[in-house]
Amino acid sequence: MTQTLARYERYLSDLRGLPPAGPSWLQQTRSGAVERFSELGFPTARRGNEKWKYTNVGPIANTPFVYPFEASANGLAPADIQRVVPWDDAWTNLVFLDGRYSELLSSPRSADGIAVMSLGEAIASGDPDVERHLAKYADFDDDGFTALNTAFVADGAFIRVPDGASVDTPIHLVFLSTDRGEPTASHPRVLVVAGAGSKSTIIESYVGLQSNRYFTNAVAETVLLEGSQIDHYRLLLESDDAYHVGTARVRQCADSTFTSRTFEKSVGLGRYDLSVLMDGPNASCNLSGLYMTSGTQHVDNFITVDHAKPYSTSRLLYKGILAGKSRAVFGGTVWVRKGAIKTDSMQSDKNLVLSPDAEVDSKPALFIYADDVKCGHGATAGNIDKNSVFYLLSRGIDLETASRMLIYGFASEIIDLVRVDSLRDQLERLFLESLPSFKFEF
Amino acid sequence: MTQAHERNGTALLEVKGLRVSVGETEILRGIDLTVRKGEVHAIMGPNGSGKSTLTNVLAGRPEYIVTEGQVLFEGKNILGLPPVGMDPETRAREGMFLAFQYPVELAGVRTWQFLKAAVDATREYRGLPQLKIREFDRLLEEKLELVEIAPELIKRSVNEGFSGGEKKRNEILQMLLLDPKLAMLDETDSGLDIDALRIVANGVNQFKGPSKAIVLVTHYQRILNYITPDFVHVLVDGRIVRSGGKELAEQLEEKGYDWVRESSDSPAAPPAAKVGA
Ligand SMILES: Nc1ncnc2c1ncn2[C@@H]1O[C@H](COP(=O)(O)OP(=O)(O)O)[C@@H](O)[C@H]1O
Ligand SMILES: [Mg+2]
Repeated sequence: MTQTLARYERYLSDLRGLPPAGPSWLQQTRSGAVERFSELGFPTARRGNEKWKYTNVGPIANTPFVYPFEASANGLAPADIQRVVPWDDAWTNLVFLDGRYSELLSSPRSADGIAVMSLGEAIASGDPDVERHLAKYADFDDDGFTALNTAFVADGAFIRVPDGASVDTPIHLVFLSTDRGEPTASHPRVLVVAGAGSKSTIIESYVGLQSNRYFTNAVAETVLLEGSQIDHYRLLLESDDAYHVGTARVRQCADSTFTSRTFEKSVGLGRYDLSVLMDGPNASCNLSGLYMTSGTQHVDNFITVDHAKPYSTSRLLYKGILAGKSRAVFGGTVWVRKGAIKTDSMQSDKNLVLSPDAEVDSKPALFIYADDVKCGHGATAGNIDKNSVFYLLSRGIDLETASRMLIYGFASEIIDLVRVDSLRDQLERLFLESLPSFKFEF
Repeated sequence: MTQAHERNGTALLEVKGLRVSVGETEILRGIDLTVRKGEVHAIMGPNGSGKSTLTNVLAGRPEYIVTEGQVLFEGKNILGLPPVGMDPETRAREGMFLAFQYPVELAGVRTWQFLKAAVDATREYRGLPQLKIREFDRLLEEKLELVEIAPELIKRSVNEGFSGGEKKRNEILQMLLLDPKLAMLDETDSGLDIDALRIVANGVNQFKGPSKAIVLVTHYQRILNYITPDFVHVLVDGRIVRSGGKELAEQLEEKGYDWVRESSDSPAAPPAAKVGA
């Protein structure tokens, strides 16, 4: 036990070093989180811990990460960032370096009740929506990573779309980790409040500049009020040596629509825990993801949809492309609570396993406690059909090109879902460029 | 069919004593067939007689095992892997084309990209300059019109959501774009309504010429009203049991396959061997 504590002492001493910023409600929340984290620590893959059965976070616990108290003095130019992440000057871009808001690189937006700004500033300004919603959805009671993030809450992004507003310009949050010569940890926090009947598009990018080791521990909370719509994109473009634990908690009120597209291209060890609570009738969510792993990468998608109210719809479609000695984990759990009649849910996870040393653990699960529901789930892990390969060859196309076309074709089903044209084009290029070089057996 | 009997063209395809198995089962049991430039051959036969096996072996489908025989394309051996034979992509680039009986749906592979990649690979092999996008689009537009495929269709994934007729016309489109020397059409006429059949036949007739040859695999005599064959071969149980001119197709239509089955019981030396030699 003392040994366990010693592992986390570093975080606790960093926390003591943080200025006691913020109003008293926040200080209380944070000290509660500190306490909880010191009890919980990081999860282990011990028996019975189903949530972490296939992902060992030991390497994260054992690395002495440094908390960067000072903002990076890296002198990054916008061009350096645009090289590593999809970018469009027409978007509303907020850039965070090692978890800290960069005024220089950001173009915040606040007018007519719309807020796209640093969370630190929103807290300082005493925005009532922050107090109303922050730390209300991301429960840290049994989640060490969320507790740690909450303990560190100081900065991040705050997005508020007022009732009835339609924000056409995509909002892009870039969380970039720089190379400080030693492993660093950042704990970015995002809070999104979508007003009743509002519409918005949000892109969250987690990016590394170099191939250095660091740890990103991100928590995003999103609440969709009645009848609101969010198109959410999440890009994982971390360094190949990075650790990333992302936690997203989404609460949907009646008649709201949440669309989530996750693109996971690079990370050393990555986990995305997305949980959507359908907390009002007639809500719908559509969650898709594409993960591409190679080398010794490990990517874990842990998706939960909780149908708590009747007449709600959920769709989950995830696809993976695995090469090298990489490992992917997919856990998709759909709950249909008592009384959530007329729930309509479908989920599937399909994987293209390109190497005998790559492995996928796909566990779609469904728990139904209501009558009169329509639910389905399935998972496949396989290879490309030989017939398809032969068809391409018979047209004079060589095996390598044919394989690329088919692998990309497999991925494009998800990429094609992107509704922001310039994002889709850039993602297409990113994924095409990094398709594993591979020839189907023929 | 007098011209059918003058065989001056250069031999394009020579199949000699070809025996083919899948697993333990022998499917083709000694096929002899010679196709010369300028000729149209129809291969007819009941379901399961081995027609698709023959065309697929020629195109290089790997699951078939050739146990005996030889196949030459323009005098070069194609069976087996390089350097002895040719892999499927090389056969295609050399000028062999197979219109699939069941065209394959390629999820997420856009038709335009697919066609462009095929044309690029083929032209490069043949020493032709690569087409600029605009040139390719012009060529494509012309061929699309010929096979009456809506230009919107090429933005979709290959054959996904295509009707049966569209899939077959897409095969003809590919044939026209790739401009092979030998086109093997495996039941391209099956399941087509009369309009689609006319479009397909029109495409094939456009393609036809003194330097081209066509092997038309069909179940029915119907398409032969539009594309006149020089030779008709009847394939039963993995053997060509009879060969003749166009009139053979008409006789078959009238009398059915039982008629050839009954009238041919010299399996060791099928008459086809003589016609093809
Ligand atoms: N890939 C294969 N695996 C197993 N059997 C096959 C395969 N291809 C063909 N066959 C068998 O070979 C025989 C001939 O099939 P096919 O060539 O498709 O005939 P046709 O095209 O004349 O209808 C059939 O009995 C069929 O079941
Ligand atoms: Mg057939």
